[in-house]
Amino acid sequence: MTVAFALHDLTLGYDRHPAVHHLTGSFATGSLTAVVGPNGSGKSTLLKGLVGRLAPLDGRVERNGLRQSDIAYLPQQAGIDRSFPISVMDTVLLGCWRTIGLFRRVRRVQRRQAEEALMAVGLDGFGQRPIATLSAGQFQRVLFARMLLQDCPVILLDEPFTAIDAKTSADLLRVVMGWHGEGRTIVSVLHDLDQVRENFPDTLLIAREPVAWGATAEALRPAHLLKVRQMSEQWDDRAEVCRRGVA
Amino acid sequence: MDAHAALIQPFVEFGFMRRALVACLALSLGGAPVGVLLVLRRMSLVGDALSHAILPGAAIGFMVAGLSLAAMSLGGFIAGLVVAVLSGFVARVTPQREDASFAAFYLVSLATGVLIVSAHGSNVDLMHVLFGTTLAVDDAALLLVVSVATLTLFTLAIIGRGLIVECFDPGFLRAVGGPGAVVHFVFLTLVVVNLVAGFHALGTLMAVGLMMLPAAAARFWAGEVATLVAVSSAVAFACGYAGLLLSYHADLPSGPAIILVAGGVYMASLVVGPHGGLWARFIPRRHLEA
Repeated sequence: MTVAFALHDLTLGYDRHPAVHHLTGSFATGSLTAVVGPNGSGKSTLLKGLVGRLAPLDGRVERNGLRQSDIAYLPQQAGIDRSFPISVMDTVLLGCWRTIGLFRRVRRVQRRQAEEALMAVGLDGFGQRPIATLSAGQFQRVLFARMLLQDCPVILLDEPFTAIDAKTSADLLRVVMGWHGEGRTIVSVLHDLDQVRENFPDTLLIAREPVAWGATAEALRPAHLLKVRQMSEQWDDRAEVCRRGVA
Repeated sequence: MDAHAALIQPFVEFGFMRRALVACLALSLGGAPVGVLLVLRRMSLVGDALSHAILPGAAIGFMVAGLSLAAMSLGGFIAGLVVAVLSGFVARVTPQREDASFAAFYLVSLATGVLIVSAHGSNVDLMHVLFGTTLAVDDAALLLVVSVATLTLFTLAIIGRGLIVECFDPGFLRAVGGPGAVVHFVFLTLVVVNLVAGFHALGTLMAVGLMMLPAAAARFWAGEVATLVAVSSAVAFACGYAGLLLSYHADLPSGPAIILVAGGVYMASLVVGPHGGLWARFIPRRHLEA
């Protein structure tokens, strides 16, 4: 079994306060993993650490030769200016940045791929619309179409279905399952436990400390979920220096 | 007085009017796209901050070498660039936003300039630096303005795509390994050189007007980056032309005349512009079928 990400005693956080504390394990290549836990449990922080946007406070992430451009990352709150005067088509075409870069022309092949991607996310015929006219759900579909064009072996999704209607979320989940079928490695932060149980083979249950990581049915056992609920949300200003793992 | 005498004769008759008009054309072509991108980046006031940041550098240049185009331009360019790079750097590596870091550094730059000027006596003709004299654009200044416009258009052609993505979705550009920081700093440099070019013609405080007012007005007329730039350039040049005529016929200072015309165009766009103008808001037309 090859591994996309291997985490070695990884601690991530802000201002020396850990948000993900001593996490060890790995995401196998081609695996489809849900990251589940309450608010403030370090899920988004973990994705930022995986993609390399946040340097570890301790421990390390091994990316096994993955380059930055091999990882597609959909943040929860993308710093996207949705009033920007750009069309849906141009936004989706950004997905082929690896091919076109700063200078190269967008070819007809790529335009067709973009149209197919829009069709796959249910936005057929939306190409010329300015993105400012889209609803939140439609815009999320556009971002998925862009990821389709990015064609990355690893895809990280941070709450991709939050605040989105059932139909959109079902459509986009189908896209995710398609990626899984193509052997891509997917890590997604999710809240809907039924959705996770139905679709995601693996789950990482986290409450700042890892609680369980493995097959979904096992990871989401009632005992584990109860333990997660007792997680303290406090940020202790007078916390001592963590001594774990220090000889 | 017929139309020809009013609208064309001044430029036929006087070389300084022709030079001023060419300077306005160059400033419109170079400054307008920069202004549009500043508006889209929500950095409209950064142009203003940088125009203040340029002032002390230009004043120092003036004190060292007198009313020398080269010394004042170089001084202004260095001062502006230092402020732009420091502010951009703070915005990229700390949580502080660009508006705050720009405010901090341009105020320091401005205060430094005022200190130097007052310490060396008040005989410096700061009025020229502050308010410029479009009607006194000589060949060297014209060459500078035209060179800057050329440089700006070529640079924008090269970094255009990156710059637009960096405005629209900076996180994505970083994720795909795009040159976000390079594009950002090249753009800030362009803002500075365009303001430096503009201050000979319009003064540091007015130069930013021909950059921002047409860009802000264009937002009410167009909905895509390319059309925004086209509208903005056209508006800027039309304002330059009309402002020069106004200043000629009414015997007014040319810089403020040009900017006030641009201000008038902005007000008119605000009212009648089809993209979110007040007219469309208060006199709605019947809704469509779908």
